[in-house]
Amino acid sequence: MNRREALFSLGLAAAVAPLAAKGVKAEELNGFPTATAQNPDHLPVPARRGGEYVVLRDETDRNTVKAVFDRLIPADDHGPAASEAGCIEFLDDQLAGTYGSGAALYLEGPLDPANEEAIMGMPQFLSTPRQRYEIGLKALEAYAQTTDGVAFAALSPDRIDEILTGLEAGEIDLGPEIHAGAFFELMLQNAREGYLSDPIYGGNKDMAGWKMIGFPGARYDYRPYIDRRGEALNLTPVSLIPQD
Amino acid sequence: MTIERPKADVVIVGLGWAGSVMAEELTRAGLNVVAIERGAWRDTSTDFPPAVDADELKWHTRRTMLQPMSVETTTFRNRMDQTAAPVRNWSAFQYGWNVGGAGTHWAGMSWRFTPWDLQVASQTRERYGDAFTDSLNLQLQDWGMSYDELEPYYDRFERIAGTSGIAGNIKGEIQAGGNPFEGPRSRDYPTPPLKDSHWMSKFRETTQNMGYHPFTIPAGNLSQAYVNPLGVNMGPCTYCGFCDFHGCGNFSKSSPQACILPVLMRRPNFTVLTETEVLHAVKHEDGKTAKGVRFVTKEGEEGFQPADVVVITAFQMDNVRLMLLSGVGEAYDPVSHTGTVGRNYNYQTCSSVTGFFDGEHMNPFIGGGALAVQIDDFNGDNFDHTGLGFIGGAGIMGYSTDGRPIQRMDNLRPGTKRWGSEWKSGYARDYGSNGTIFCQGTSMPVRDAYLDLDPTYKDRHGQPLMRMTFDWNKNDRDMCSYVTDRAVEIMREVGGSDIIVDNQADKSWNPYMQTSSHTQGGAVIGADPTTSALNTYCQSWDVHNVFVVGASAFPANAGYNPTVTVGALAVRAAQAIHQTYVNNPGPLVDA
Ligand SMILES: Cc1cc2nc3c(=O)[nH]c(=O)nc-3n(C[C@H](O)[C@H](O)[C@H](O)COP(=O)(O)OP(=O)(O)OC[C@H]3O[C@@H](n4cnc5c(N)ncnc54)[C@H](O)[C@@H]3O)c2cc1C
Ligand code: SF4
Repeated sequence: MNRREALFSLGLAAAVAPLAAKGVKAEELNGFPTATAQNPDHLPVPARRGGEYVVLRDETDRNTVKAVFDRLIPADDHGPAASEAGCIEFLDDQLAGTYGSGAALYLEGPLDPANEEAIMGMPQFLSTPRQRYEIGLKALEAYAQTTDGVAFAALSPDRIDEILTGLEAGEIDLGPEIHAGAFFELMLQNAREGYLSDPIYGGNKDMAGWKMIGFPGARYDYRPYIDRRGEALNLTPVSLIPQD
Repeated sequence: MTIERPKADVVIVGLGWAGSVMAEELTRAGLNVVAIERGAWRDTSTDFPPAVDADELKWHTRRTMLQPMSVETTTFRNRMDQTAAPVRNWSAFQYGWNVGGAGTHWAGMSWRFTPWDLQVASQTRERYGDAFTDSLNLQLQDWGMSYDELEPYYDRFERIAGTSGIAGNIKGEIQAGGNPFEGPRSRDYPTPPLKDSHWMSKFRETTQNMGYHPFTIPAGNLSQAYVNPLGVNMGPCTYCGFCDFHGCGNFSKSSPQACILPVLMRRPNFTVLTETEVLHAVKHEDGKTAKGVRFVTKEGEEGFQPADVVVITAFQMDNVRLMLLSGVGEAYDPVSHTGTVGRNYNYQTCSSVTGFFDGEHMNPFIGGGALAVQIDDFNGDNFDHTGLGFIGGAGIMGYSTDGRPIQRMDNLRPGTKRWGSEWKSGYARDYGSNGTIFCQGTSMPVRDAYLDLDPTYKDRHGQPLMRMTFDWNKNDRDMCSYVTDRAVEIMREVGGSDIIVDNQADKSWNPYMQTSSHTQGGAVIGADPTTSALNTYCQSWDVHNVFVVGASAFPANAGYNPTVTVGALAVRAAQAIHQTYVNNPGPLVDA
């Protein structure tokens, strides 16, 4: 089976879409294209809000990822927790799209994991981010059931921190299919992306992440400010979501 | 089905910076040009207006404008006794695709190389002697031409691109405030330098006081409105900070979109086929010339574009790969030390030094792709290397390119946890109060750093991927640690605390750990066909109607970014084609 068939058979037809995103056909252009409409594939696509989950449909999976994300980014004086800022919706939306399907990745075999990790300095995968979450979250839940006898989401904050610390250090084994350290990194990366990216993608609600650090967001002109030396500018952040 | 297209005077493979410059020169001279670009059409107004551009997740984190590895990747190993593995995920290899190529989302640092960079082999021998030069164990070679020969073409590219800066040397006269170490320029930059950010002014003042020679780096981010020689209008940079990895919605960043395509596209003798990938060039039976290129469209239809001249401008890696796939020139073999295609692969040696400034507001979000102050006191051969045991050096810059919050989320004082409340308070404390010094250094070639076709892995069309065999060599490592120490001294002097040093050359090279996307060599120019694949007009020594332009042409790398030198080589090659070659096809230089 070639790669294209493999993708379709996994129900990941979307994986090939972005490579053919623009226009219908390969084009011959003579003269300057006169269309003035913005190209749809270059417009930001707002995350789906308030609807059904697309990838994190299983409630246990969702509770597990929420329990993890809210320890990675807890509520405190510096702002809301990850889930309060919309990071779970952000993740679901990202995993439902081309990021989740690994559209940009090179997923051809053969893969010799030991050699690839040694050469590249980090583990390499033939699976997509979406597939890695699907099996990783199940494995975390199974781990909590085995070691503590309860659901992962029912663990105490201290116990979750202990497990996360163990995953980060590569000291916890989640089974042969999962590289525990790499799965931790993937979750940490996505939680913080959700907290710090434009709110149009579902996370960073009320621009809480940007307010935390003092980033003014999607502003585009700092000519009035560049000559100011070392001053707090206290600029109110703006996002790509159009203001009424 | 096979599409057979009408014959063109010239077919250009890849419409990025080099391809656009080429196409502009050749169509202006009246030649009929077809460019084939595997990405889609891209334009400033419709693709990256300010309301779309200021989006870190889409453009920087997800790299939506770059060539995905699923389209084509590279395999890599450090040494010949290893089995190379494919680069599967986003890494330091940041190739452009779509009309405009990497020229759409580059940062705009617009350097010329120094006279020494083009004649490393002969000038090192001359200044330090044979014994020292031989002891380096490098595969040093000259470019086959001097800086003075390239100067007019540098000038032409800077005028087209629109470059802001301050000259340090006009016709041999040193200019106050500029870079006194640069090669002589025929005139000043098209527009004045950009302004300093707060961090840059600190860096400038400190290095000045230390006796060095700080200057604002030349930038493809325009300091004021400008009309280029093609009649295209550009606007002033707004220091938006969404520059590299992003397009520019203001027509302020030098790019094919802003500077060339508005004119090129209106020429009746120019055609571009988009979303069409060239598979390889096809040679005539006698093997002496090419008759055109074979391509495949997005829909999978194959076709042939006949042409009298084939110009390959598909970025450094693909330039070399297309030569190998087309059998243009002999593949390099590091064991027998024969062949030239794939030889003299080289990279860019980088390090960074970050310091923290309690309670000080650096306002990092005010930035520009090429907004920086640099000293060149430790670059190239600007300092005496006697007794140091290495050659080359690095530019040392205090820069303000961007304040992207996802990219910077680990940029915290040493020892800060990367998650939990500790990360949140650490990021709140450190985001706005650090400054980074970047050292961008030379990279010298060695015999066993090279490119060839991978025996195992294939692209989506079933053609072999490029395989890279590379690690830092002793000269790169020694140079980098020497220069990094200078940057640490500067950081101490500026008053940064909790200093973090990232010296990329102190561990084995791998593509996921680099901060430089500057990959060079593999199809290098020179005066000697046994050590170079191309003559100095970027013409293949073996197949005389094939010209290959890009950073693939650099026999060694300077302590600078590559693009202005790529642009200058493109202008020079284009002029040689329409002034000389088409009237009298054949080698432009006798082998
Ligand atoms: C994020 C980033 C920042 C950078 N910043 C700087 C900087 O500050 N200063 C600097 O000097 N340089 C910088 N660079 C490097 C700079 O962008 C490149 O040096 C420059 O664009 C190279 O020009 P080129 O014409 O050789 O290739 P490109 O501009 O990349 O064009 C090559 C084109 O060929 C097309 N192509 C490839 N293969 C095929 C094929 N088989 N068939 C058809 N088309 C094909 C590609 O899609 C692409 O459009 C940066 C690069 C990146 C990624
Ligand atoms: S920093 Fe300047 S040149 Fe770069 S994208 Fe913003 S406005 Fe354009």
